[in-house]
This record gives sequence, structure tokens and C-alpha cells, in this order.
Amino acid sequence: MPNGFRRCALIVVCALLSVINAHAQTLRIGLAEDPDVLDPTLARSFVGRIVFAALCDKLFDIDEKLNIVPQLAASYEWSADSKALTIKLRPDVTFHDGEKLDAAAVKYSLERHKTMAGSNRRGELAPLATVDVVDAATVRLNLTAPFSPLLAQLADRAGMIVSPKAAQAAGDKFGAKPVCAGPFKFVERVAQDRIVLERYANYWNKGDVHFDRVVFLPIPDSTVRLANLRSGQLDFIERLGSSDVPQVKADSRFRLTKITEIGYQGITINLGKSDLAQKNPLGRDPRVREAFELALDRDGIVQVANDGEGDAGNQWVAPTNPFYAKTVPIPARNLARAKALLQEAGVTNPSFTLMTPTTADAQRIAQVVQAMAREAGFDIKIQSTEFATSLDLADKGQFDAYVLAWSGRADPDGNIFSFDGCKQPLNYAGYCKPEVDDILNRSRTTRDVAERTKLFGELAAIVLKDRPIVYLYHRHWLWAYASKIEGLRPIPDGLVRVTGVRFK
Amino acid sequence: MTTFIIRRIATIIPTLIFVSLLIFGLQQLLPGDPAMILAGEERDPTVIAHLRETMHLDQPFPVRYLYWLRGVLHGDLGESLRLQQPVRGLIADKLPVTLELACIAIVIALVIGIPAGVVSAVKRGTAWDYGANVVALWGLSTPNFWLGIMLILLFSVTLGWLPASGYVSPFEDWRANLASMIMPAFVLGNAIAAVLMRHTRSAMLQVLSSDYVRTARAKGVLERDVVLKHALRNALIPIITLGALEFGTLLSGAVLTEQVFTIPGFGKLIVDAVFNRDYAVVQGVVLFTATAYIVLNLVADVAYAIVNPRIRVQ
Repeated sequence: MPNGFRRCALIVVCALLSVINAHAQTLRIGLAEDPDVLDPTLARSFVGRIVFAALCDKLFDIDEKLNIVPQLAASYEWSADSKALTIKLRPDVTFHDGEKLDAAAVKYSLERHKTMAGSNRRGELAPLATVDVVDAATVRLNLTAPFSPLLAQLADRAGMIVSPKAAQAAGDKFGAKPVCAGPFKFVERVAQDRIVLERYANYWNKGDVHFDRVVFLPIPDSTVRLANLRSGQLDFIERLGSSDVPQVKADSRFRLTKITEIGYQGITINLGKSDLAQKNPLGRDPRVREAFELALDRDGIVQVANDGEGDAGNQWVAPTNPFYAKTVPIPARNLARAKALLQEAGVTNPSFTLMTPTTADAQRIAQVVQAMAREAGFDIKIQSTEFATSLDLADKGQFDAYVLAWSGRADPDGNIFSFDGCKQPLNYAGYCKPEVDDILNRSRTTRDVAERTKLFGELAAIVLKDRPIVYLYHRHWLWAYASKIEGLRPIPDGLVRVTGVRFK
Repeated sequence: MTTFIIRRIATIIPTLIFVSLLIFGLQQLLPGDPAMILAGEERDPTVIAHLRETMHLDQPFPVRYLYWLRGVLHGDLGESLRLQQPVRGLIADKLPVTLELACIAIVIALVIGIPAGVVSAVKRGTAWDYGANVVALWGLSTPNFWLGIMLILLFSVTLGWLPASGYVSPFEDWRANLASMIMPAFVLGNAIAAVLMRHTRSAMLQVLSSDYVRTARAKGVLERDVVLKHALRNALIPIITLGALEFGTLLSGAVLTEQVFTIPGFGKLIVDAVFNRDYAVVQGVVLFTATAYIVLNLVADVAYAIVNPRIRVQ
């Protein structure tokens, strides 16, 4: 009898173990690039933000409609003069090292973002003067001036809270083993090979976590990334090649999700970055720039350059964005008007060089733009230049026009301020107008959506006429994944939120 | 023999100093501001200034070189600013992967290339010869990335026999390791096999028509022994050089193959570092591979001396 009992117990244990094993699930995600350092303060790349979405929770997040929603924050309140933001924190949050996430930890993280040498968050939090710990679960952020994009900044890396204990111990090596408060904790990273995360058992929203592990595998070649999905080695791939869409659609084993990006594809024109601007009719004469824009068929560009996987656009936000200025719609292609404008400007065959990085999509844009503009009389020479070199040339103003993309930020301020503000770091056009700076600054000081929409409308009326950037289209983020996956939320920032995702 | 080896080693030191200057100097000629690339999308001016200071970009060229050389002499190759990891650690991680890939590839190349070259030379003008030449031509003219993708589509997507990409350490699972290495190693080995086959064939043809081979045949030595013991041994000298050079090339990273199969080796490391202007990684990896190349050449020289005693005397 005792032997029989033991046998039965053994069978039950084995059965239980097999059940546990059967439920040990891993989500394998194919990334288009290898992320840079995994420290929210120092991180610089878009792809790194995909990993952070599973690793480091933020004070706020954005939803499908770009609304700001609390994440680590339970609630928030602005002061009457909009110069202080009081945030109540969730009470039940701990870091992956077991330490409690409280107001002191928030203060530490925000101050780390502000003061750490080489911090990429310093600019994003520039108006943040001090952080007060009101009580264990409440912090107050004091600003030097009202700053409406603050919540959107706190919904990205600037709002990621790290464990003070781990960060102090690791110093500037924190990125080698980040300790945050996200649904998954860091296990290991083999550079250029894999990043492995493991479910954090004490996650504040653990009911929404359905995997034991998430493994990120950087596979830069989109064909190989898709081959890995098709051979069953990956469950999910981001940034599917647009030419591969029909193949995925035709295969019932996979699903496809498309999301219009919050960034844009555009052509920056040198208006005043260097003397070169005045030597070229495109930089010198606004009529030539208008003629150039009228020569372009944006839908055609999307079709040819991106296999139709994008939405035509003429502004720094997509036409579906609530801050899109409806008063300045997408101009239709008008070759007759373009030719008349060139005639008026006295340059019937203007010639300029269009610099483009060597990426396939940027080159395709350049080629189709060249062909379209030729019909209006433009003679465009394409200069394909390796990305780092092209950026250097752009910064020195050694270009006429430059094909450049921007991954986008949730608040429209992140898509325009640094590009069109005088002397701003991303203002490669060398564009500078006091009235534009004035509107940009006013749009930062008001939190009223209607007021901001009005200001962005005013901005569009000026900037889109001056054309420091000719906006072309907004790409679709293309996600391909095994049809057994459900619960994916398509957020326009293109980052995969693994909470809520499960296998059927 | 010992004097020969010492003499050869002595020539390495000035070569290495010259190479280190060349690596450092050429990198400074790369267009583009590394601080600007490493500062990421936002390109915050304070971050750019901090990176310039960290990378000593605000110092003149000789000072920067001496900073780097001092580190190298202390065994410190610097730190990757993109990954925040020491270059030495990155090399230590990637080297075994590339070494394994290179070894399997070279074995595949030798196993295919030398016998094919010998058969082709011995059976000159026959169907064997033409067949081997066609295979060699195919190996030489097939681009690695294309062959790689075709193999992935056949063996991974269609048949499901092998993983499409990625790397598993042999200490984790040797079967999975072999499965992940066989396709990239074949792609690399295939191209080298073709080169080895062509060289073996021409070397064998030359040796087979020499006087001592004719003498051996006249003495009634078995044809198999004439080919394998008398002819092949002499013909192997240029093949050893070629093999060492090809192996050195493999160590410096089979860039496209590693990219297609997502093998985290030297090739991927250096390509990413160049595009991201991660100077410390580029300098460290290039210096390491240059040193490996020089050492391999030394090994080849010593191997000559062993195979052909006349070289020692000269």
C-alpha cells in the first residue's frame, strides 16, 4: 500500500510538472535593429523603446487614440498656474529587486534624468526645476514655466522610474542590468543576439501578463525576419517589409496589424543653414518650393516608395491626428500651376541636389520625387550618402534638400519644436522666424486642447507656406505575428505592449 | 628553426605599431561626427558635448592616439559608447562564435576544395575535371547573401529542418549549435572551396609535370602514392598560404553571412560599430583582427618551413 501510494504521488507530481511546463510560455519577438544601452536615462534608439515597453513602466502611457493615460501614476493634478504637477502614485508597486516604488524613487529617477552625465532626457525635462516628495505616495513636479508636453514626455523614457538602490549601485553601468518596475524583469543580454526578460511575479498588474518569458531577437534583414516567423522560430515581428504584406496576408497562419505612425517621412530644404541656401533657387525662392510641392503626388509616392503602406500627409502630424490643421489640407498635384510658378520665379528648369541616406525606402522616395518633379521642369540630382555622413553634411548645411524621417512623439510639440524653432538642434533647414518661435512657445504654455489646436493651425499657415520641410507621408507600422496571438493593442508610437497579449 | 621563428616574430612588432597608427588614422578620416550619431534621434547639444569629451574628440590627433595606445598597452581597448560594454568583453563574446564559424567553414572548404582540385588535375580534360570546374565556378559566382537566403527558404521555411537564423552556444546545446551553424558555415565554406579547388588544381598540374614526379613514375611508384605523397605534398604549399589568408578573412568577420543568419560574430559587431561611429569598438576589433591576421601569417610561414625545409635555410 505505501508503495502504491508513492507511485500515485509520483504520477500526480509528474502530471503537475507537465502541466506547469505546458504553461511556461515564451513570446519571441523579432526586432529590426539591435537596441542601444538599456538605461532609460541614456537610451537613444527607437528600437530600445520596444524593449523598455516590457521592462520599465512609466508614470504615464498613451492609448490607441494618443490620449495620455496613467500607468505608474494613479492620478494627477495641475496647479492653477500650470507650473506644478502633482502626481499620486499607485500604492502597490515594487521594483524588480523588491524595493518599493514610492515618491522618493520617482524624485530620484527624475533627478537622475536631469543631472546624469550624457543624459538624453535632460532636454525633454528642461522646464522641470525641482521635484518635491509630498508624502510617500505623492510627488510634485515644479516647473520653471508652464509646459504642456510634459505629460507626453512622462509617457516615454523620461517618465520611466528606475530602482534607486540598483541605479546607485551600478552607476553608469545600470544599462547592463536594468532594474525597473515593468511586467518583465531583465535576465540577460547578448549584444546583437538576444535580450531575455522574465515575468515579474509581483507586477502591479500581473493579471494582464500571460507569458513567462519575452525574448527579443534583433534580425535586421526583413526577409530573414519574416523567414523566422514563417519557420516558427518567432511569434511576432515588427516592421515587416511593405513588399511582404501580400505574402503574410495570403497565409492563414499569420496575422497582420497596421498602425499609422506618429512620425513622418519628409524632405528638409536648406533655407538658411548655410550660404548654399541662397545659391539655389529652391532655398532662395518660396515660389520654387511651392512649385516643387505641387509637382508631387503624395499618394503616388506612398504607392511606389512604400507599396501603399502609408497615409499621405502634408503636416508634422497625420491627417487623423486631433492636432492636424484642417485649414491647410494636402495640396493636389498641379503641374500647370507648378510650371506657372517657376515661370513667375524666372527659373523654368531649377536644378538641385537631393541628398538621401542609403536606406532602401529613402532611396525609393528620392527616385520617385525626382521623376515626378522632372515633369514640372525640375532637374534633381540624387546624392546617396551613408546616414552618419549625410547627417554631418545636413548639420553643416552642405545640402540643398535632404530626405529625412522622424519616428515621432505623442505630443505634436515633439514633431515640430526642435525642427522649426530658431537654432534648435534638429533644425537642419536653418529656418528661423520670430513669429513661429512665439507660437511654438505659446503652444507649450497652454494645456487647453482647443487653444493648442488653434495655435498649431496658425503655425501650419506660416510654416507650410515657407516649407522648411515638405512632409510626404506617414508610414504604417507593420506587425506580422502568429495567428495564435491575441490581445495586441495597436498604439501609434509603434511600440509593442506585451501586457494583455496572450496565446489563444 | 628557432632562429627562423624568432626572426619572424621580431618583424611583427613594427608591423603592429604601423597597423595601429593606420587603424587609428584611417578612422579619423571617416566622414560624420561620431558624437552626433551616438547622441541618437534627439541630438541634444549637451549630450553631443559630453560624448565629444568622453571620446577625447576635443583633443588633437596625436593626443587621442596616445590615449588609445596607453589603454591598449594596459589591455584596455575602451568601451562601446552605444552598448556601454567594454570592447574587450565584446571581443571575448564574439570571438568564439566567429572562430567556430570560421573553423567549420574552413573544414567544409578543405573537404570539398582539395579533393576536387586533386581529382580535377589528375583527371584533366575528363568529365570529372569539367564537373569540378563547373562546381567551382558556381561557388565563386554565387553571392553569399543570395545563397544564404535560398538555404533559409529551403531548409527552414519549406522543410523546417534547420533554424532560419540565430546562434546557440555549444555549451548550452551542441545539437542546436550545429543546426544553427551548418548553413552559414556551408555558405562561407562553399565560396572558399571553389578558390581552394582552383588553386589546388593549378598547383597539382604544375607539380605533376615536374621532373621528380616523372622520375617517381619511372621508378614504378604506385600512381596513388605519386599523387598523394609526392605531388600533393609540394602542391600544398600555396594552398596552406591561401587557407591561412582565407581563415584570416573569416576571422575578420563574414559580414554578409553573419548579417543574413544573424550570427552575433565579428562581422555584425564591426558593421554596426562603423555605421554607429562607435570608434572604440571599430578600433578594438580591427586591431584584434589585424593582429590575428599577422599571427596567422606567421603560422603559415612556420608551416612552410615544416613542409619545405629549404625555406628554413633561405
